[in-house]
Amino acid sequence: MFDDTDRRILRQLQEDPTISTAQLADRAGVNAATCWRRLERLRERGVLRGARAVIDWQVLGFTVEVSLRVTLDKTVPRAFEDFAAAAREIPEVLEIQTFLGQVDVRLGLIARDLAHYQALYRDSILTLPHINDLEALMHVARIKTDETVPL
Amino acid sequence: MTDPIALDDIDRALLRHLSQDAGLSASALGKRVGLSQPAAWRRVQRLQEAGVFSGARLDLDLAALGFGVTVFLGVKLGTKGRVSLADFERAVSAIPEVQTVEHVLGLYDYRLRVTARDIADFERVLRRRIMTLPGVANVDANVMLSEERLPGPI
Repeated sequence: MFDDTDRRILRQLQEDPTISTAQLADRAGVNAATCWRRLERLRERGVLRGARAVIDWQVLGFTVEVSLRVTLDKTVPRAFEDFAAAAREIPEVLEIQTFLGQVDVRLGLIARDLAHYQALYRDSILTLPHINDLEALMHVARIKTDETVPL
Repeated sequence: MTDPIALDDIDRALLRHLSQDAGLSASALGKRVGLSQPAAWRRVQRLQEAGVFSGARLDLDLAALGFGVTVFLGVKLGTKGRVSLADFERAVSAIPEVQTVEHVLGLYDYRLRVTARDIADFERVLRRRIMTLPGVANVDANVMLSEERLPGPI
């Protein structure tokens, strides 16, 4: 499936996703043609979907970041779908994850400041459908954010 | 804190495109938002200089690469004994399976995103690496089933 060359290439690419193929080949210790071919194959197989720019929301004036951990009323058949569809409509929601565990859904939410957060919470979050319980974790600092995997 | 950078609709469109595909060239970006290549380049340059991009993230099919499990952990540190937050942060950040570490206020002190090959592998990481970290009192785990990332308010 994947050999050490693929893994080496992906490992280097994880470190610097916008690197040129020539530089990547150099760092992974393969020739440029091989590197290009391997990347092409990883893309074709859907393993490598691309690179996404990560926005620093603080710089854009969003200073508050909150994790909302939600438990849903599972007696409602479409609770997950309804909740996610409504949450998707809130522009300040950056992430929606569903879980197996105590928490059903997590929303990653940003706001300009605490007053904005309070308004969002009251007007957009508490009005989401089928919420049973809701708890908020306020982000203080990001310690590690690379989101790489040990390939 | 300095004032946030002002964005117009074209900047916002550029951000949306780049957060889908960070590898877009200035000419490809220009075509999509109706700008010449140099004009698109100058705008991206301005955004970059303002620090709007904190980097780029590789979008990989983790399951295909053998990482089938993502778990969010809520970690509570012990209040007695005055554990050093710096020691905990240093140790937890060094674990390769730990993707993100966030210091939070609320029910937990830290929120971790952990990736593993399968549940057995996750259990190994949890028992050998996370539970043995300095000061850990309580860990709450939620296994991720699905994830959606949205463009955000741009």
